[in-house]
Amino acid sequence: LCNQTHKSDIISTVEFNPSGELLATGDKGGRVVVFQREQETKSEPQRRGEYNVYSTFQSHDPEFDYLKSLEIEEKINKIRWLPQQNAAYFLLSTNDKTVKLWKISERDRRPEGYNLKDEDGRIRDPSTITSLRVPVLQNTDLMVEATARRVFSNAHTYHINSISVNSDLQTYISTDDLRVNLWNLEITDQSFNIVDIKPCNMEDLTEVITAAEFHPQQCNTLAYSSSRGSVRLCDMRKQALCDTHCKFFEEPEDPSTRSFFSEIISSISDIKFSHSGRFLMTRDYLTVKVWDLNMETRPVQTYQVHDYLRGKLCSLYENDCIFDKFECVWNGSDSVIMTGSYNNFFRMFDRNTKKDVTLEASRENSKPRAILKPRKVCVGGKRRKDEVTVDSLDFSKKILHSAWHPQENIIAVAASNNLYIFQDKVT
Amino acid sequence: MFPKGTKRKFSDSREEPVAGGEDVNQSSLAAVRMLSSYSLQRQSLLDMSLIKLQLCHMLVEPNLCRSVLIANTVRQIQEEMTQDGTWQIMTQALSAANAAAQCSADRLVATEVLCRQTEAAQGEQVPKPFPVVGSEGCPAEEVLEEEEEAAAAEVGMTMSTVSPQAPTSYLPGTFGMDPCWEEEETGEDDDDDDEEEEEDSEECGSGSEGEERERDSLVEDTRTAEQVFGTFEIKNPAPSPDPALEELFSDVDASYYDLDTVLTGMQSVPKMGPYDLLESLSSHGPSPLSSSTSCRSDLNELDHIMEIIVGS
Repeated sequence: LCNQTHKSDIISTVEFNPSGELLATGDKGGRVVVFQREQETKSEPQRRGEYNVYSTFQSHDPEFDYLKSLEIEEKINKIRWLPQQNAAYFLLSTNDKTVKLWKISERDRRPEGYNLKDEDGRIRDPSTITSLRVPVLQNTDLMVEATARRVFSNAHTYHINSISVNSDLQTYISTDDLRVNLWNLEITDQSFNIVDIKPCNMEDLTEVITAAEFHPQQCNTLAYSSSRGSVRLCDMRKQALCDTHCKFFEEPEDPSTRSFFSEIISSISDIKFSHSGRFLMTRDYLTVKVWDLNMETRPVQTYQVHDYLRGKLCSLYENDCIFDKFECVWNGSDSVIMTGSYNNFFRMFDRNTKKDVTLEASRENSKPRAILKPRKVCVGGKRRKDEVTVDSLDFSKKILHSAWHPQENIIAVAASNNLYIFQDKVT
Repeated sequence: MFPKGTKRKFSDSREEPVAGGEDVNQSSLAAVRMLSSYSLQRQSLLDMSLIKLQLCHMLVEPNLCRSVLIANTVRQIQEEMTQDGTWQIMTQALSAANAAAQCSADRLVATEVLCRQTEAAQGEQVPKPFPVVGSEGCPAEEVLEEEEEAAAAEVGMTMSTVSPQAPTSYLPGTFGMDPCWEEEETGEDDDDDDEEEEEDSEECGSGSEGEERERDSLVEDTRTAEQVFGTFEIKNPAPSPDPALEELFSDVDASYYDLDTVLTGMQSVPKMGPYDLLESLSSHGPSPLSSSTSCRSDLNELDHIMEIIVGS
């Protein structure tokens, strides 16, 4: 078993499509791998719902910005699926600078019997053709093709951190550190800038945009989060440039925990609207917060992901882990939320029962069809058997990206270059 | 001219903050030790942050969010250090280190430039509390608690550092200049006022005795710091509402790549911003920019001392 982790294989984004039939991952090497769920068959019921590789393609390549003399990484920052409207599947994938719309389609037939070229594709000498025939479609082995249908480029000076498809299915937003741009999926040479927080003098810059998302139902509403721990809700109907927000969500700082790191750990790394559209979830370094869109003053729920790290912030600042951007996800019914942590741990919080669990994504602990054992981090002095002490946590093993099937209890968790898919046990 | 106690180098004051305090009682000693441990931690955090900003990836653009967060942390530390006067000590030490590397010819050339600069700056920067302006010229930008006075009083300092006229307000960017000015010009001792001022924020000022002496004795620090960070006001003379930040983050031109270029690895012209401190700190050959500023700073120091003595 080769344990070498190639940097380019590190998974950088995970996303289910709206039906849950497909699961896409993007990696640091610019590749997209799409998995498809096996159809249930009566003959092999135990293989129900397994995800197998469906398509692999190179979405982005490394580029060079000659103006700044800097490389543009090919790493896929985000993938977002479009809802399926015909036989083909469409997804948006983005690196730091360019968004691409990919069409993934199946081909199980191909035309054969061309006149002007033979089966290998070589052009025939016209003088040798003595008769004409009509090409006929022949069945072939199933081929899955991915083609880039649109390339949306040259609209971002800074690094793109988010893309979000609008519920109108015609537009989407791409967001970098300072701006949010609105695109029409059909038009690649134009985009509208709807949020711009760049100061006149860059030296005055103290806050950046960290994530943005469209409301799942209201096509005019979007939210964006900042490095200062606030979320702004914008209504595009009010004005073209959404620099003024409709709602401003920020929890006042707790003065008793103030430190030099307070701002850094308040920086929001991810936001997600609930499927219902009523709530908004934010992830900062130590907590996940659920906000009611009707209440801006404080979240309705705050969940501690790994509060034991609060005493280690200086070390985490030193090794840069404090800047890790963890994502968070809702389950289909918005009753459970999930987010990652270190040591390949990830956490789930049940909003109704108030219970939470820590699980681990690792090869040693996950055999197929084995039940995941809850893990625990020991914070006090005495360590119980199976508990992990804070000092023994592996900070290089972080679960930043995960996804939850839109309807079922199937989760996909990315641990560096490995993808783990867990399902509810079928009783 | 200088108070009791030797002029300390920055490193010394860090290592032996309490040495030399004959009048210290035990509880103050412990408090000072605790505070100096905090200062050490804060200093190491500042150093770490500056190194992080400096180590920009040359191949790929660095993460802007990370850079902004680190820069904010540096700013936060700098503001706090300014409040308790440690900032000017550090900058004075830096300029001294830089100055040591200069040739004398530079100094001569810089004199005239320096003088012109001073007047120009004074004329344009009305809000800047230059020595000739006095306390009235200080805008009450931020009213800051004089923690260091309280701490200084605790350890039996004879020097007071605030005059009743200046309403305990000075700009972070001036690095504790006002209190020094007030003290020198009015010559008042306000120990009583100082002791009454209470520290109610959890972050105590440095309060290290050596640093207090340092600050009081090295009035020229203020000018030094200004010169190190603020010379670009000449090029960019628009008075800013917050000279403190402007000094630290002053930049000449809002070019398209502005902060980008700085954050992306010190391309071509090293812009002076929060990152000029990096160049000062890294004593591997200061850039032409910072070396000339420190030359000027030395001469400006003398100017200021003269002005104080003369009592302008």
